[in-house]
Amino acid sequence: MLGIVRRNVGGAGGLYSQGFGRLRPVASAIRNYSSGGKEMTVRDALNSALDEEMAADPNVFVMGEEVGEYQGAYKITKGLLDKYGPERVLDTPITEAGFAGIGVGSAYHGLKPVIEFMTFNFSMQAIDHVINSAAKSNYMSAGQINVPIVFRGPNGPAAGVGAQHSQCYGAWYGSVPGLKVLVPYSSEDARGLLKAAIRDPDPVVFLENELLYGESFPVSAEALDSSFCLPIGKAKIEREGKDITITAFSKMVGYALKAAEILEKDGINAEVINLRSIRPLDRATINASVRKTNRLVTVEEGFPQHGIGAEICASVIEDSFGYLDAPVERVAGADVPTPYAANLERMAFPQIEDIVRAAKRACYRSVPMAASA
Amino acid sequence: MYSLYREPGVLLWRGFTMQEFANQCFGNNIGHGKGRQMPIHYGSKKLNYITISSPLATQLPQAVGMAYSLKMDKKDACVVAFFGDGTTSEGDFHAALNFAAVMDAPVVFICRNNGWAISTQVTEQFRSDGVVVKGQAYGIPSIRVDGNDALAVYNVVRSARETAINEQRPILIEAMTYRVSHHSTSDDSTKYRSKDVIEYWNTVHSPITRLRNWVERKGWWSDKEESELRIHTMKQVKHAIDEAEKEEMPLLRDMFTDVYDDLPSNLMEQETLVRETIQRHPKDFPKDMPL
Repeated sequence: MLGIVRRNVGGAGGLYSQGFGRLRPVASAIRNYSSGGKEMTVRDALNSALDEEMAADPNVFVMGEEVGEYQGAYKITKGLLDKYGPERVLDTPITEAGFAGIGVGSAYHGLKPVIEFMTFNFSMQAIDHVINSAAKSNYMSAGQINVPIVFRGPNGPAAGVGAQHSQCYGAWYGSVPGLKVLVPYSSEDARGLLKAAIRDPDPVVFLENELLYGESFPVSAEALDSSFCLPIGKAKIEREGKDITITAFSKMVGYALKAAEILEKDGINAEVINLRSIRPLDRATINASVRKTNRLVTVEEGFPQHGIGAEICASVIEDSFGYLDAPVERVAGADVPTPYAANLERMAFPQIEDIVRAAKRACYRSVPMAASA
Repeated sequence: MYSLYREPGVLLWRGFTMQEFANQCFGNNIGHGKGRQMPIHYGSKKLNYITISSPLATQLPQAVGMAYSLKMDKKDACVVAFFGDGTTSEGDFHAALNFAAVMDAPVVFICRNNGWAISTQVTEQFRSDGVVVKGQAYGIPSIRVDGNDALAVYNVVRSARETAINEQRPILIEAMTYRVSHHSTSDDSTKYRSKDVIEYWNTVHSPITRLRNWVERKGWWSDKEESELRIHTMKQVKHAIDEAEKEEMPLLRDMFTDVYDDLPSNLMEQETLVRETIQRHPKDFPKDMPL
């Protein structure tokens, strides 16, 4: 079986000694910290990242609905208009297709736009510009036109906002070559990844989460420095474990960590991976983890078909089939447009208990079901 | 009827009851909406009112399409599409107007120009002379009316409807008004405009006050009747809310129905699986879950 494995996915341990220290699976210490007890909300993390990048590079500007005078529909761009003026913080009329197109055009010329969609659900009205222009121009122009643009905004469900405000677009944008797709969870993720996205010469789709904006996380002194940047395409092991791997991104990382605490009490030691990046997907980290634990649960809020979990499952089967002791469990949102009624909405998205049960299913089977036939 | 989200008055006029409004907002089991859509996203097939959709302006090309189908069926009817000043920036608005003109679709476009789109004033939304010139530019007979004058609006709309049906062509009405309320319950508009301005429009130009003055001068209304009506309506609304709150939440099955016309096998399996899971792990789910 081991002979089938061609690619060397080793060195997993080395990828995470980036100075953030090993994590202990203790209740509130599921965040990384090296020094200091400073906490920061994701909202402030994003705001400070935008502020610092705008200060460092005069070509960076922000554009979107209500980003200026209103301080941002979710206050992410608070204070930026006062500090940088209307030439660099542009309030737009209600035309997603318009300002996405204008952003792409300005990026062709060498500016660095940060385009805000009030929710990625509204990016549907501009998706042609994101995909057919931003993603593909560098390739189609044989490298002559690069597009250093960032599209950011809340993605996925919030609370009680119905079908047209709750879809997760990770899988849609994640399938397009030419785009980079990032999914921050903590405040450090938000700071490091947004800064990296703005500095990156390629188009980046930056998927935030409305419910995480107000959540506070500890931030290290290193993360507070204005030169701080996280690498694009590297996942983070939020919690080390040896019995099962749980992959998640954005809000689901928090849920996965809580599920891991519950599993710990039942003697299951779970490793939680915060993907941080959907494209490029950190297949190396995921596969190394599965080779260690032999079991995998993928978690996402989006629809199951053609979702992130489907891709991770395929990647693991291609690279680490021999290491799996149980079928991969996919935990995803229900295959229905999101209902509004609170009781139905709760059933439409993964809850912590769903992750716990999926992990247990993966742990109590030692042989894949088909093999026992 | 294709609305945006500030036209519950239209629906009320058509016959949607206070209780139905409350049921929709609470997303309970007996509302038409089966708890599917957000509050104020009403709909009623019976009353020919298309369920509200959140993305702006998408309803406009759809309204034109529906008007075209009425035209092909030679119906004595037209479509009415409502929207605000902000919506006229969206690409779909321009596509809709252009198509309506070229196809001679019997649709009446009614733009509520209330000066604001959340915190964006019309001067930051467009630099044209309002919305009426845009209709003209596309070759649509367009008219601007004082939106706070109930009688003027009534006359304009009645005339527009006649023209749309008899001459089989689109009409654009721009009703000038002012948004005295906040954009929504998550907004505090005093942050971006002065309280005095809001107060001024709410008193001097209030369409309700103006109509009331006119009706009172005709001898058809009095202060006494006014206060009686207010008390009665408050009671009606409170009763509707109380009743709606008591009702059961939608059933689990309603999460899976209407995704497609027929319930497909994969969703039937999902529903069965969910029920089994709830039975086997009852402590993982809220106790009052209606099954």
